[in-house]
Amino acid sequence: MQKHILNVLVENRPGVLARIVGLITGRGYNIETLNVGPSNDPTISKMTIVIPGDEAVIAQVVAQLAKQINVFSVDDVTARPHIDREAILIKVSTRSTGRAPIIEVAMLFGAKVVGVQPDALTIQMLGSQMQVEQFLTLMHPFDVLDISRSGSVAMTQS
Amino acid sequence: MTPYQPPQGRTGAQCVIDGLLNNGVEVVFGYPGGQAIDLFDKLYDAPLRLVLPRHEQGGIHMADGYARATGRVGCAIVTSGPGATNTVTGLATAMMDGVPLVVIAGQVSLPLIGTDAFQEADNTGITRSVTKHNYLVRSVDELPRVIAEAFFIASTGKPGPVLIDIPKNVQQAITLQPDVQDVAIRAYHPTIRPPAAQVARLADAINKSHRPVLYVGGGAILSNSCGLLRTLAETYSIPVCTTLMGLGAFPERSPLSLWMVGMHGSVAANSAIQQADLVIAAGARFDDRVTGRIADFAQGAKIAHIDVDASAIGKNVATHIPVCGDLRQTLEALLPQLTKADRSDWLAQIAKWREAKPATYHPRKDGKLQPQAVVEALDRAATATGRPTVLTTDVGQNQMWAAQFFRHDTPRGFLSSGGMGTMGFGVPSAIGAQLGRPDALVLSVNGDGGFQMNIQELVVAVEHRLPVKFVILNNARLGMVRQWQQLFYGGRYSATVLSQDGRPDNEHILPPEAPTYLPDFVGVAQAYGLQARRVRSLAEAEAAFAEAFADPRPWVIECIVAEDENVLPMVAPGAALSEMILDHDN
Repeated sequence: MQKHILNVLVENRPGVLARIVGLITGRGYNIETLNVGPSNDPTISKMTIVIPGDEAVIAQVVAQLAKQINVFSVDDVTARPHIDREAILIKVSTRSTGRAPIIEVAMLFGAKVVGVQPDALTIQMLGSQMQVEQFLTLMHPFDVLDISRSGSVAMTQS
Repeated sequence: MTPYQPPQGRTGAQCVIDGLLNNGVEVVFGYPGGQAIDLFDKLYDAPLRLVLPRHEQGGIHMADGYARATGRVGCAIVTSGPGATNTVTGLATAMMDGVPLVVIAGQVSLPLIGTDAFQEADNTGITRSVTKHNYLVRSVDELPRVIAEAFFIASTGKPGPVLIDIPKNVQQAITLQPDVQDVAIRAYHPTIRPPAAQVARLADAINKSHRPVLYVGGGAILSNSCGLLRTLAETYSIPVCTTLMGLGAFPERSPLSLWMVGMHGSVAANSAIQQADLVIAAGARFDDRVTGRIADFAQGAKIAHIDVDASAIGKNVATHIPVCGDLRQTLEALLPQLTKADRSDWLAQIAKWREAKPATYHPRKDGKLQPQAVVEALDRAATATGRPTVLTTDVGQNQMWAAQFFRHDTPRGFLSSGGMGTMGFGVPSAIGAQLGRPDALVLSVNGDGGFQMNIQELVVAVEHRLPVKFVILNNARLGMVRQWQQLFYGGRYSATVLSQDGRPDNEHILPPEAPTYLPDFVGVAQAYGLQARRVRSLAEAEAAFAEAFADPRPWVIECIVAEDENVLPMVAPGAALSEMILDHDN
């Protein structure tokens, strides 16, 4: 099932996030990641929702979101030229492998070591959904202790 | 020394009352409580009719019945905590059927929110998915704007309920803000003009169609489009079926009427849908109770769908010609583009299907009164009065028989919980309808199950001298579930028998030595102060209706009917519309 990236502009008011999340989950759809922050207008927030689903499901999610009183617009950017980025932090144990092989994978992805402990490394990685997935796949054989993901943000190129 | 100056401005509670009056509210259904006292203190001498229901759910259904019968916004006020949670079923009922309501709930004072204070509940959280929108008012200065927005949101686009949660200290606080007259909500632009290109595609499809069918839902009534629909149907020879919510949108006495479509729809409607080459959905939403098995729904037809709610289009059925827009505006744009066509073959086929009538039943040999015959008698008696009639129903078999055997000819004349299927709707909705339409003959058809779900509201009809005629089809069963148990569950009547005998063993109810009749509905009705009559034959029913309709007081007429009648025709759940059960041997 394809993942869709929805950019949703909403009024920056209490309760709006709960309404959006409740709407999606209440209708049985699953949110993969969700990111919320102010837009260039401080009274408007931009939400980026990554949600798996076929075309009919996504069309329904878009229509349901669009009719909410506090929603300005819903834009499914998936099919159009766009940039998407997600930031992740990953902590990997160095006990069995040492630091070198982990750093080597990180370098391949332009990821940065941002924390060094006696027996672990914390790495920061920034990339598209696809790059993040590839990176995590290559990190998987190591002893991964913890992962924090920001959720995707996206912008169209038009 | 400066002389004493009275405080300027007005309280939040006063803002609420002023807001209601500004928005044309004449009747408020209100149940007080600790966190709503300030609101009720201002209601005490407000120029509004205050109706005290006996349960908050009943109050919301009354406001709902008032709104459905009049087309105006229904209004209710309740207290915090249990007062607000008791509204949930009523809000969900209104939400599903697109009924405009503004419901105001008291809330604990702002500093107490989140402390599990007495009678505190997260009202906006609890009601979020059963309202079109809701508000927690955090400052009295917001209140005039919020009230104005609530009425605007409730009554525009696809209408729906709006809840405003007002903490007690906000009700008491003073504001200098004036009332808001012109509402502008930045992200909400409800009036939708249909795209001209889509209307043109629809016109082209209709002009080329040999076997078109109009499939009309409640949206036709909500958008006041029934007159235009009639023009469309009659001028261009297009037969019309309606959903349960659409009953009354098109006169059923017209030869173009196919009556109701769907699970308990007519042979004519379901056959026409399955044989059509164009199905024009107008303010309907392809509910599963209408479509039957989706894969087999109207297979030979193009589907056109006119709806103001974009999310309704393509939700259940793939649509060839989507027209997202207000139905009235769409029809106004559509009609000039149509050309008359000769559809005499199709109309001849329709006439043949219409011979089967909306529904039929077999006379019984045991002489027991048949509920279908009661509804037919009710229809005859109502027609004989010559008065405009509003019929409300409860949910289940009584609802379907009222849909099938009463002739529905006028918009806002049939009020029923179609989407939510809320038992307990029949009694309070009739009270609300009569308050909104004092001159109408208001009838309420109920089963013995649902009648007991808001039976306490009978007293309101007496207090306010509302001449509602409540009919109970008493089969001592939860009849619709019993019917499914008979047809699909091998006759295992679990928890659907309400009489004293014949109960499943695990209920541990021993049959009494002499037959006992519980409850005594006539006794209950009389205790509440209504006129009441129990009838066991068609002649008794007819006599009771004639007497009750001529009497200016509220009546309960309890009809003891056969316990095993089924609603037919029936499309079994998951079957195609063409696979109708027409007959079942009792």
